[in-house]
Amino acid sequence: MTDNGPTIRPPRSQWWDVWDQFKKHRGALIGALVFLLIFSAVFLGPLIYAQDAKFVPTGRDFIRLKDMRPIYTVLWDSGAKVDWAHPLGTDNIGRDTMARLMLGGQVSLSVGLAAMLLSLILGTAIGVLAGFFKALDGPLMRLTDLFLALPLLPLLLVAVLLFQEPLKSTFGVEGGIFILVVSLVGITSWMQTARIVRGDVLALKEREFVLAARSIGTPSKRMIIRHILPNVMSPIMVSATLGIATAIITESALSFLGFGFPPDFPTWGRLLNDSVNRLVSYPERVIWPGVLISLTVLSVNYIGDGLRDALDPRIRGR
Amino acid sequence: MLNYTIRRLVLAVPTLLFISLVIFMLLELAPGDPMAQVPLTVPPEVKEKMREALGLGQPAHIRFFKWIYQFFVIEPQVLCDALFGTHFAEGELRVISWQTRSPVMDIVVQRLPQTLWVVGVAYLVAVLIALPIGVYSAYRQYSFFDQAGTFITMIGFSVPPFFSGVLVIVIFSVQLGWFPSIYDTTHKVTDWESFMVQLKQMVMPVMVLALQITSQISRFMRASMLDNLNQDYVRTARAKGLTERVVVLVHVLRNSMIPVVTVIALGIPQIFGGAIITEQVFKVNGIGQLLITAIQANDLPMVQTLTFIFAVLIVLFNLIADLLYGFLDPRIRYD
Repeated sequence: MTDNGPTIRPPRSQWWDVWDQFKKHRGALIGALVFLLIFSAVFLGPLIYAQDAKFVPTGRDFIRLKDMRPIYTVLWDSGAKVDWAHPLGTDNIGRDTMARLMLGGQVSLSVGLAAMLLSLILGTAIGVLAGFFKALDGPLMRLTDLFLALPLLPLLLVAVLLFQEPLKSTFGVEGGIFILVVSLVGITSWMQTARIVRGDVLALKEREFVLAARSIGTPSKRMIIRHILPNVMSPIMVSATLGIATAIITESALSFLGFGFPPDFPTWGRLLNDSVNRLVSYPERVIWPGVLISLTVLSVNYIGDGLRDALDPRIRGR
Repeated sequence: MLNYTIRRLVLAVPTLLFISLVIFMLLELAPGDPMAQVPLTVPPEVKEKMREALGLGQPAHIRFFKWIYQFFVIEPQVLCDALFGTHFAEGELRVISWQTRSPVMDIVVQRLPQTLWVVGVAYLVAVLIALPIGVYSAYRQYSFFDQAGTFITMIGFSVPPFFSGVLVIVIFSVQLGWFPSIYDTTHKVTDWESFMVQLKQMVMPVMVLALQITSQISRFMRASMLDNLNQDYVRTARAKGLTERVVVLVHVLRNSMIPVVTVIALGIPQIFGGAIITEQVFKVNGIGQLLITAIQANDLPMVQTLTFIFAVLIVLFNLIADLLYGFLDPRIRYD
């Protein structure tokens, strides 16, 4: 007779459980798919779609190529100026809209990711330090409160104006603005992360395993890296996803107000801003970048929602 | 409670002073020169005189203290003069805008009604919509209504105002032609006709702002209701035989409103900041638009004053939110 003992399930790590729970959240799954789709379209698309986003036609080509409408306009307006070579049309000086959307997406997404990373590092560092070292708690949390009380959008606008020139001269026009926008968005969005991380660290510090680690003489540095940080990963991951959304929106808001990237350097917000004036005749030039911003942010928000559920052990396994 | 209020008020003073210092230092570094527009034919001595006339002759710390004095002492006196017809501030120098050479606060007072009308109405509408949505979607959790509500609030979070604004302009102004796309601030309400015109031009900005605010507040309302619906006192209330209506709308709602009220209070100053973009889209010349033009024109006294007013609003409403929380929830005592 075979032994009918309890079947032994293969060992599973925590992250498999998280993934299983994440899969159950339909919105999050669709969000992740959409985000991946946009991400790959923007970064891999230019490999397939070989139009130069910065090419400006001259002479007779300029007249021929400018102000082209998207292909689908033919459906209701047979006289529209369209061309299969430019599926989403061209702008008022004949640059291909689809290529510009891809280039703009690369910038917007990189800004979002980089700014999120910066704000995450800042927030985590400040949160862990404030939670772990009692002497630092007061001053660091006052600093956080102070940052929360600052009117951020006006200060961002002022700061962009302020540091634009020196950074442009050191890192070039595009690099300078990129560094400026990333660091400004990062510096002004770390507060929520810091607060959440601090709260979690304060609770963790009272747990037995921390006491045990301390009793065998673990120095503070290793204690933070080995014992504290892995245990605050889940709130950090959730604020990371939400941070991407905030960063993308802030960057495009800056560009929209005309304080971000220069006009010939497309980002989604910039493209939207440039096209608002000719909104009535060419609505597609406004709608496409806007839809892309909204879809990206929406998908990222759904991913964050799903991650929050998946990383919460009280919900997981139900 | 009174003790706590006083302590918080006293603490707010150094915070605000520090914030004003930060703003001042930041603006001090600004590269723009107010004399940049002056023709090159004007001799340098005259330029120097003009610079002094703008109050730029003194070193930075003296200018900072002068600004503080003007903002905290003279401007309230002017306000008092205007209200009661007294003469405290006669002959005193006020904070002068470099753009228009007129007192900053006068311009702010001119612009304030536009912002308050649009933003205030939007906030009110948003709260009125958000509360029932939050209550109902929590009561019927995971129902179709809840799912749809969650989706719409997610969209409200994700669509930035500069896109939703443009979108409603395309739909309602360009395609359907129902509403004007530009907000006319010179329009005066005198009779029913002009009131309808005013209403029409307010619909779109209010819609855009309200979508954002509604999504935030209804999320909070839903979460807070869900927290309370599973509590023991709700079971008790049902066991007593109270009707479902009374249980939800009296017992649960009252307790769930506590965090929501504070969120509503906290959101008010953010609205002024967030309205900058909406004002820009619909060309409402309110406070936000004033700030943008001031930054573009390098009008430092204006930027300094406006930014500081925003900071005051944030600190003030933070305080109000904390006090409300303690006031509404007797379990929380700050002393």
